[in-house]
Amino acid sequence: MELHLKTLSELRTLLDRGEISAPELTEAVLNQMAQVDPKVQAYLTQTSDLAHLMAQQAQERLQQGERTPLLGIPIGIKDNLCTAGIRTTCASKILHNFVPPYDATVVLKLRAQGAVFVGKLNMDEFAMGSSTEFSAFQVTRNPWDLERVPGGSSGGSAAAVASHTAIATLGSDTGGSIRQPAAFCGVVGLKPTYGRVSRYGLIAYASSLDQIGPLTKTVEDCAIMLSAISGHDPRDATSVNQPVPDFRKSLRPEVKGLKIGVPREMFGQGVHPEVALRVRDAIQSLEEEGAEVHEVSIPMMEQGLAIYYILAPAECSSNLARYDGVRYGLRVGAEKGHIGMMEATRAEGFGDEVIQRIIIGTYALSSGYYDAFYLKAQKGRTLLRQEFDRVFQQVDVLMGPTAPTPAFRIGELVGDPLAMKLSDVLTIPVNLAGLPGLSVPCGLMEGLPVGLQIIGKPFDEATVLRVGYAYEQKAGLLEQLRHPTGLA
Amino acid sequence: MSTHYRPSIGMEVHAQLLTESKMFCGCATRFGDRPNTNVCPICLGLPGTLPVPNRKAVEHVIRTALALNCRVAPIAVFYRKNYFYPDLPKGYQISQYGEIHPIGTHGYLEIELNGERKRIGIRRVHLEEDTGKLFHYLPGESEVDYNRAGVPLMEIVTEFPPDIHSAEEAREYLVQLRAILTYLKVCDGKMEEGSLRCEPNISVAPEDSNTLGVKTELKNLNSFRSVVRGIEFEVQRQIQVLESGGQVVQETRGWSEEGAYSFPMRTKEFEQDYRYFPEPDIVPIQITEEWLESLRATLPELPLAKADRYRKEYGLSDYDAKVLTAEYDTAEYFERCVALGVEPKTACNWITVELQARLNETNLPISQSRLTPAHLADLVALIKNGTITGRIAKELFDEVFQSGEMPSQIVQARGMVQISDEEALRVAARQVIAENPDTVEKYKGGKTSVIGFLVGQVMRATQGRANPQRVQELLREELERV
Repeated sequence: MELHLKTLSELRTLLDRGEISAPELTEAVLNQMAQVDPKVQAYLTQTSDLAHLMAQQAQERLQQGERTPLLGIPIGIKDNLCTAGIRTTCASKILHNFVPPYDATVVLKLRAQGAVFVGKLNMDEFAMGSSTEFSAFQVTRNPWDLERVPGGSSGGSAAAVASHTAIATLGSDTGGSIRQPAAFCGVVGLKPTYGRVSRYGLIAYASSLDQIGPLTKTVEDCAIMLSAISGHDPRDATSVNQPVPDFRKSLRPEVKGLKIGVPREMFGQGVHPEVALRVRDAIQSLEEEGAEVHEVSIPMMEQGLAIYYILAPAECSSNLARYDGVRYGLRVGAEKGHIGMMEATRAEGFGDEVIQRIIIGTYALSSGYYDAFYLKAQKGRTLLRQEFDRVFQQVDVLMGPTAPTPAFRIGELVGDPLAMKLSDVLTIPVNLAGLPGLSVPCGLMEGLPVGLQIIGKPFDEATVLRVGYAYEQKAGLLEQLRHPTGLA
Repeated sequence: MSTHYRPSIGMEVHAQLLTESKMFCGCATRFGDRPNTNVCPICLGLPGTLPVPNRKAVEHVIRTALALNCRVAPIAVFYRKNYFYPDLPKGYQISQYGEIHPIGTHGYLEIELNGERKRIGIRRVHLEEDTGKLFHYLPGESEVDYNRAGVPLMEIVTEFPPDIHSAEEAREYLVQLRAILTYLKVCDGKMEEGSLRCEPNISVAPEDSNTLGVKTELKNLNSFRSVVRGIEFEVQRQIQVLESGGQVVQETRGWSEEGAYSFPMRTKEFEQDYRYFPEPDIVPIQITEEWLESLRATLPELPLAKADRYRKEYGLSDYDAKVLTAEYDTAEYFERCVALGVEPKTACNWITVELQARLNETNLPISQSRLTPAHLADLVALIKNGTITGRIAKELFDEVFQSGEMPSQIVQARGMVQISDEEALRVAARQVIAENPDTVEKYKGGKTSVIGFLVGQVMRATQGRANPQRVQELLREELERV
């Protein structure tokens, strides 16, 4: 089998045994990129020169006997993660020329482990969107059907894994931005518990919801990546000082006695019957392995979307205030005085979706509206958390679909913002509650992947991954998922 | 018939906190460095960076809140204050907000005026970050220095309605507040360098009125003198406006120290909407009882309490006690002298007269004086044991202030020791008597006051090394024999 098609754990073994070299592997991935990325358009910046250099260095470390999980592994990084010396645009015109002088903490961790950086991945501008169509630069295609979206906002990260132009990638998830594209592209995606992974260097969209996570070919790969990027960071005051286990060790295909909660609200209106069927089949297959399945109810989940679309824009309206043309990035209208310059820069630099969210957020925080919108949404968020807490006293994990439908067509929902936002209705509550959530492929529907979402207790990624692994082993879909039909 | 107006003054003070590093990053807080040298991705607000609060700054504010008799919140919450300006790197200032969440609320500070104590209510003490500084050199061109951006800043606001009703009271409030801040070592109190900034808001209303007048806020007050003059001017201006049938406009006014007038800067027709909301990047800080008590234990004796003690324990006058306690370093200097055995009133005189004069001339802070309490104690001991005269002591004082040498060593090296050899003095006295027959005649004729002149002559002959008291006694004896 060609190297780029293999999983991280398979490649780990080959590299450690010296059966392949890091430069050889990087070459294979870069070749694949050259062949398929012009069609998929997952990458905003390809860093092949850097990748060659890093692969060479990784090879030297391998030869010196170093054995670390990511040594020599080609990895793609979402373009909202700061990479020292590598352009980081957030897929926005306003940062089209921004080269950070520092690495995000996760990027530093990858460098330290000897990972090879192959490029920066496309996304919805500032991670605001569910299809990657809101990138200021290009539209990424779904490798299963090039006429369809890869999901978003980490659409580039999901499409790159599915099209084998990276062995694994990093994305970020504010309301489903890792899990929904993972589901659309037939890959594994994890949003860790809020605070598990440092956000330092992640360009903020909504600070209280953002979390960095991996997109991979298998659950095992996902566990390897999670161990590599987790941990308390003194540079992020919201990162939590929790021990980081070797998540790979928790992967046993064993679910006997596991209590699975199935929230009624995750199979409500808007969920495509075929999607619901695939997910119910998946849950049943675990029941056959000895898991107990309980129907549960989390009524506040239905308010999740409304709560999110107050809180996330409110935070974004403040987080994006720094893009004013004064210190870095785009500057327009220098002759208009500093206030005129700021206005012109922001009007020109931000796309419509971003501007819309800034306006909504500004409105929600304005005096006279704060109590009715922001404060009320915060209260709703607290209630939602309490409901999750209550349910988790009875069950170990929750399961449902990741997204209500499979990938939609490019352009299909651009004119229907509400339908587009409904694409995240099943993932958003997990961010609001700060919980870990995993999306694992659970079959195809009309040739398009469907995602099973597994939600866990705070900092219990180990259980979430174990359940995902057990399902993946049982389902036996990996070989089929290796070959997305859009690239055939 | 003319109406009497009563001014009401609210004080908003910003104090830069004395910390090595900035509020949310590791950059230095030093003043006066080359522009944009004390900056990093965090205080420049680069994308993806995050603030991590400076614990020392939080402690400074808690200690100040305690010293100002405030209630200290069990949880300190940071908020974002959103507005656009080129000197504000993130487009928001991390600050505190509201009546529950500031670190300190419901406090007071005592002032003393004309021998009477008065409490000035403190509404809140909170922590925030400073902005950068904008410079406009040429038309159409501006430059920003972000060295100050992110420096920890404490805001102290007086209670509303105001307790302060005159420029004098405002001055006393500021003097006491500054003294407390410097005693706590949380701020260096330098108004000229902007590390202590005061923005009073001023209104006047007829004395019998129950409501307050429309207020104006005064900016650019860079010294105590400007604060007093600015408030006095503004009070008179408002009275004139009202007297002439006009209305005071609610606005922010600047103060011109050179011209001694205030001028409109911007009107506050509508309140700017800062869209405050809790800062999601910073977890609220728990201020535990334990932490609070450990900080309370670090509070020094505060200026007014110290002055009280000086009066009671050392019998110093109100004036002396006030002068000695105005600055922490002066009080400390004084107490070290007393600890070294100098009589308190003597120490006070030397410090407030001789030392202060020389410090003023050389523009040195007392902490950098080469003449230390040990030197002063040595000098005073030399006078007391009769080794040197008061006149010599003053000369020596100058020398020690410049050189930092020990007075007793100088005295020994130069033979400046007082002549206590009776015979040598008697010889000098006889000599002077012999040389001044006219004066002797006057003395004999009953005009005994002329002995002062003869004492002077002996002192001159001995280069001041004689004890004048003893010289006079010897002269009387010798004159009897003539």
